[in-house]
Amino acid sequence: MSAGYRAAGQRDEVSFGNADDEPLPVKAGPRAGGPRTGGAQPAIATSGLSKRFRGGQLAVDSIDLAVPGGSVYGFLGPNGSGKTTTIRMLLGLVQPTGGSHQLLGVPMPAGTNAVLPRVGSLVEGPAFYSQLSGKANLARYDAADRTADPRTAGPRISAALDRVGLLSAARKHYRAYSLGMKQRLAIAAGLLGPRELLILDEPTNGLDPQGTREVRSLIREIAADGTTVFVSSHLLAEVEQICSHVGVMRTGKLVFQGTLDELRSRGTARILVSTTQPVQAAEVLSGLGLPDVQAGEHEASAQLGGQLPEEICAKLVHAGVPVAGLASPRPSLEDLFVELTGEGFDVDG
Amino acid sequence: MSTAEVSGPAAEITSARREPTPLPGQPAAPVMHWIRFLSSELRLLFLRWRNLALLGVLAALPVLIGVALKLSTPGGGDGQGPPFISEVAGNGVFLTLASLTVLLTLVLPLVVAVVSGDSVAGEAGHGTLRYLLAIPAGRARLLGVKYAAVVIFCLAACAVVTAASLAVGAALFPVGPVTLLSGTTISLGAGLLRLVFVTLYVAAAMAALAAIGLAISTLTEHPIGAIAAILVLAVASEVADNVPQFAVVHPYLPTHWWLSFDALLRSPIAWPDLEHGLTSFVLYVIIFGGIAWARFSTADVTS
Repeated sequence: MSAGYRAAGQRDEVSFGNADDEPLPVKAGPRAGGPRTGGAQPAIATSGLSKRFRGGQLAVDSIDLAVPGGSVYGFLGPNGSGKTTTIRMLLGLVQPTGGSHQLLGVPMPAGTNAVLPRVGSLVEGPAFYSQLSGKANLARYDAADRTADPRTAGPRISAALDRVGLLSAARKHYRAYSLGMKQRLAIAAGLLGPRELLILDEPTNGLDPQGTREVRSLIREIAADGTTVFVSSHLLAEVEQICSHVGVMRTGKLVFQGTLDELRSRGTARILVSTTQPVQAAEVLSGLGLPDVQAGEHEASAQLGGQLPEEICAKLVHAGVPVAGLASPRPSLEDLFVELTGEGFDVDG
Repeated sequence: MSTAEVSGPAAEITSARREPTPLPGQPAAPVMHWIRFLSSELRLLFLRWRNLALLGVLAALPVLIGVALKLSTPGGGDGQGPPFISEVAGNGVFLTLASLTVLLTLVLPLVVAVVSGDSVAGEAGHGTLRYLLAIPAGRARLLGVKYAAVVIFCLAACAVVTAASLAVGAALFPVGPVTLLSGTTISLGAGLLRLVFVTLYVAAAMAALAAIGLAISTLTEHPIGAIAAILVLAVASEVADNVPQFAVVHPYLPTHWWLSFDALLRSPIAWPDLEHGLTSFVLYVIIFGGIAWARFSTADVTS
């Protein structure tokens, strides 16, 4: 099911290659252009990072993020699971109450002024001055940057606007921008200088499907230039299509971290037999020692437990079970995600 | 990069970060970055319609006061009412002092409250604060630029009152050599110079209020709340200043020395009053600037 869905999304973006079945490898090797983080140094590393708000609420509970340099890291979790607070801590907006973290190998928050100019960010939606044009807004943020060269401000702003497709709307007032344009302007603000790390919090929040796709392809382009991208989302489809690595948050805890493949392999594969005699089929499956055997009206199923489907099929046929169909579905990422983070409204905390 | 060494507090912050991030080409001096950020801030401040409207009000009120005095002049002032009012009919220059005195009770503090209360809280409320800090603008630098811009706005506000009053005063009333409060008469030119000093003194008073405003502004992400709090504080101080029973605390009230600019209108100038006033302003700036810094440097930005 998820495979079909992904394939559909994939078809529209042929030019961006197979981000799906073969997740982007960790790009540690040298690539043309773009600043290098150098070697295997993680772009983001946290150790026991925690935040307890003054009210006593533990928003982030001792997480150990390891974002490899060059990766596209999807930071997943339901709303309220601590993603945004984590990002605010990474950027030095919120002070951790425990643990430590490094950005691009520089300890934070001591290295804030040294390292943040190399980090572009989008935190919890775009925020600009509504009375200014898109261009003037970027000029405002650029003026606040001590490391930005005023003499190159014009070309850099134009290049950033061009990159997100807003050059023609550069002189329009921000308040006249659509939600998608606002979101893109926020990404442009993150691209005003050469960045080694881009931290994007819900970059497709509130966007229509076209806007979502634009942002996705933009992230792919940026990643292809060698920039590490850390993107938070509660949308699986988004993460699945662009990310090489995944971290999953649940109520302030990091419940999974690894490559997308590792997440997929977590799922236990099952065997599903379509048959007119499900009870008989279930008996055979039990006889083979498969765990969690279930019999339905027209099918029987069990966990695959490492056995080969074709051998099970042979055993079924040998036992006289009429096999109308045999399938070995892997759980979708969505299933895995729900398994990790709890059901939709099951908000614990 | 010799400019880095002479630029004071900004230099230590800047020099630390320059090494890991060499820029293509020659990096501009930190002073230039400071000026660039400040001019960006000033553009935001002075091109905002609300702030322009406030300056417009400050220009219009002296006109109103001048016209009102012109109409009431034949009745003859008996020396009652606000100071300087009775002198205006004889010399339009005094309209400046009358206007400043009248506007200092509410309108000027209101303008300063709006601009200073909005300075940090407004950015927080808009969400732009988190982006400025993530750039990173630097918390100390941002606070410094914010305060510098607000002080410049205070100066502009006072200058607008003075300029409008002078224009209206000259249009409606005779203008000539200025008779000071001490009885001596000085030339018009010398009188105008005194007016410049008066304006600067009032601007300093407003800058002190703005420091209080900046500190309050760092406490909230609701600019309206900050503005209201500053205004309430200013009015409460003025009320307390008029209650004789509180005489002990009067010299320490933020508003107590605001009208001491009349010391500049004596010959010789009454320095002790001016010194008290300016000392009070400086102390308020240091104390509330410190509070603003203490709060802002560690605050969690969650807006």
